[in-house]
Amino acid sequence: MSGLIGKKIGMTSIYDASGKNLPCTVIEAGPCVVTQVRTIEKDGYEAIQLSFDEKKEKHTTAALKGHFAKANTTPKKMVAEFTRFEADHRKNYGDILKTDVFIEGEYIDVVGISKGKGFQGVVRRHNFQGVGEKTHGQHNRLRAPGSVGASSYPSRVFKGLRMAGRMGTDRIKIINLQVLKIIPEKNIIIVKGSVPGHKGSYLILERWK
Amino acid sequence: MKEDFVKFVENTVIVKKDFPKFKAGDTVTVHYKIIEGSKERIQQYQGVVIQLSGAGVNQTFTVRKISGNIGVERILPLSSPFIEKIEVNKRGVVRRAKIFYIRELRGKKARIKEKRV
Repeated sequence: MSGLIGKKIGMTSIYDASGKNLPCTVIEAGPCVVTQVRTIEKDGYEAIQLSFDEKKEKHTTAALKGHFAKANTTPKKMVAEFTRFEADHRKNYGDILKTDVFIEGEYIDVVGISKGKGFQGVVRRHNFQGVGEKTHGQHNRLRAPGSVGASSYPSRVFKGLRMAGRMGTDRIKIINLQVLKIIPEKNIIIVKGSVPGHKGSYLILERWK
Repeated sequence: MKEDFVKFVENTVIVKKDFPKFKAGDTVTVHYKIIEGSKERIQQYQGVVIQLSGAGVNQTFTVRKISGNIGVERILPLSSPFIEKIEVNKRGVVRRAKIFYIRELRGKKARIKEKRV
């Protein structure tokens, strides 16, 4: 696996070589700093920790200041661990990873936090059909959840039954997004299609071989 | 403010061609590249521009023509790589930016006054 941390910038559309107009997302990815290396001897698993996006020193706790000082870098906002990073990409503390981790045309996975939708009913949240029809004597049951269970047995509602509630702000991974273009001098990666989250939200880009 | 990366991408990745300026009411000929299998040919499409919509690289224009008594409209992106050339044949005098009223008109009523240069 290799990866980077990025930030969603926004969407647009570009033309490919055959003239097709493709929807795409612009992502500002990297430069990421290696701030910790996990080893089997010490931690029981292999991973590296990457950090991205500058943070003001006055907003950083003393503990984190020390953590970043160990990698000889300034404080960063977003920190994420990448397990089993590719061996030939094995990095040391303070190494900087840029967009050259990926190549144009390959397929990557993008992880983000989806937009919050607020308190939503079952029709929107779980794709329920609602109850019955709009007319023919029926009223105010069009978007209702229907029955939530039997009566005397079990005399309760089962756990985990899908109901209305808060929707969105979930960790979502979109797999197999094609990298359409990389602009290394601006740290920009353009992927085909959409990615989760609002503009400016952090994304984890990764590639599994 | 931070640099707008979306605008940057649009301006660098998409090649903007130099077409003559035109607006609604003008008669244009669009030289449109068509790929059939491995062969390439250029089709000419002439008609009246009825609207320009959008801005920047996303700008599109609609060309209307009457083909055998049936109105045909094509919406084309200005930045489309298939457009080879745009010729402006006539400059029309219209009072609106979008001349949708021309869809209801037929024959002599659908004429657009030509601009005297």
